[in-house]
Amino acid sequence: MAATQEEIVAGLAEIVNEIAGIPVEDVQLDKSFTDDLDVDSLSMVEVVVAAEERFDVKIPDEDVKNLKTVGDATDYILKHQG
Amino acid sequence: MSSTNRTVVVTGIGATTPLGGDVASTWEGLVAGRSGVKPLEQEWAAEQAVRIAAPVAVEPTEVIPRPQARRLDRSAQFALIAAKEAWADAGFEAKADEDPNVDPDRLGAVIASGIGGVTTLLDQYDVLKEKGVRRVSPHTVPMLMPNSPSANVGLAVGARAGVHTPVSACASGAEAIGYAIEMIRTGRADVVVAGGTEAAIHPLPIAAFGNMMAMSKNNDDPQGASRPYDVARDGFVLGEGAGVVVLESAEHAAKRGARVYAVAVGQGISADSHDIVQPEPEGRGISHALQNLLDRTDLDPAEIVHVNAHATSTPAGDIAELKALRKVFGDDADHFAVSATKSMTGHLLGGAGGVETVATVLALYHRVAPPTINVENLDPEAEANADVVRGEARKLPVEGRIAALNDSFGFGGHNVVLAFRTV
Repeated sequence: MAATQEEIVAGLAEIVNEIAGIPVEDVQLDKSFTDDLDVDSLSMVEVVVAAEERFDVKIPDEDVKNLKTVGDATDYILKHQG
Repeated sequence: MSSTNRTVVVTGIGATTPLGGDVASTWEGLVAGRSGVKPLEQEWAAEQAVRIAAPVAVEPTEVIPRPQARRLDRSAQFALIAAKEAWADAGFEAKADEDPNVDPDRLGAVIASGIGGVTTLLDQYDVLKEKGVRRVSPHTVPMLMPNSPSANVGLAVGARAGVHTPVSACASGAEAIGYAIEMIRTGRADVVVAGGTEAAIHPLPIAAFGNMMAMSKNNDDPQGASRPYDVARDGFVLGEGAGVVVLESAEHAAKRGARVYAVAVGQGISADSHDIVQPEPEGRGISHALQNLLDRTDLDPAEIVHVNAHATSTPAGDIAELKALRKVFGDDADHFAVSATKSMTGHLLGGAGGVETVATVLALYHRVAPPTINVENLDPEAEANADVVRGEARKLPVEGRIAALNDSFGFGGHNVVLAFRTV
């Protein structure tokens, strides 16, 4: 069963908390991974791999650069989840 | 004194070891003669011939925030903890670019390990095999590279004069400190954070060292297993942790009014050219290093009162070192209180030179030589060549200038001797 937008944001918040130590409540749709959430380029790869596993989605490397905000990632997962 | 032969002093010390998570607890353990060796309780240990080791007393993840810790190899975690303690102990309050007392362009870092990020390498190989290519951590390379502890310490303090990682197995930590002394002596830097770290308590290194017959198999008596100079010694006990010092030109330290623990007199280096792992039994290479130390520095044999020996608790190595001390120093060796602190910490491999430099500097500062524990029956060859501090710590002369040596030797035939003296 596909995840809702709310579930995806909550899931990404847990992932970002685990990887970057950012409180889950700070992970909001408008937040930039690099500028607001302390996720650098290497950690972004970790976020992507964890999200792929959690939401049963493939995020090719060439698409990762377009995922600037939590909202970008949420929309991508909503559209592509299996 | 010319700018190319400057006096170097120790102004900060830091450590995380099997005896404690900082310098104070480590020193207290060393003076009290406490063993940090424990049985290995992990599941993988059951099938090993060696089932004892000396793990750090305080897990690094209790000190370093999780997001930072998960992108650092355990060896880099130890180095960072020890370096931060040493940096604060030296009186610096922030990174070099924010602290008016140090110029980042004149600050270096030299941290070494013998094996590098071995647990990261092996753990990520397990991930690759079990979970596939996609799951291998993108942090793997910066975690496993042997210069990672040095680079991370360099970043933490803001070092721009040069960040280096000499590798010489169990002499690595001492070689790092020797390298740092030279950076300052020759004028390339004013302050250098230097030391050694190791984190190799993992089934592969334990199996490999065990199969070399290099480690003690005294599983029934963990605390008695590391017994340098005892007739029943049967190999080293693997330890982990880090020891780091802040070295500084005497002039720079004086200008900012820093506390000085000791003068770093210099180093003597040689190579055995004998065997890839066996020490040369008469200590020829070690003698050469000791002679180089005397030839290249103003160290006076009469001022030496203490030696923190390499002494890992192996049958051949312990004696070769003492023979070399006797050969080079003759009757002067009579007034060397020789301590084998590995009897308490186990052998930290590349971390040993760092932790034992901290111990040597504190022995001078407090004028106390830590004991060698577990010597029940002193090897007659040790007795004939040296005055081993056994059982309890011993007071060193309370007055006058005194000096001490810290010996470190590594597989490959690397010999490094560092000398320190009181201010």
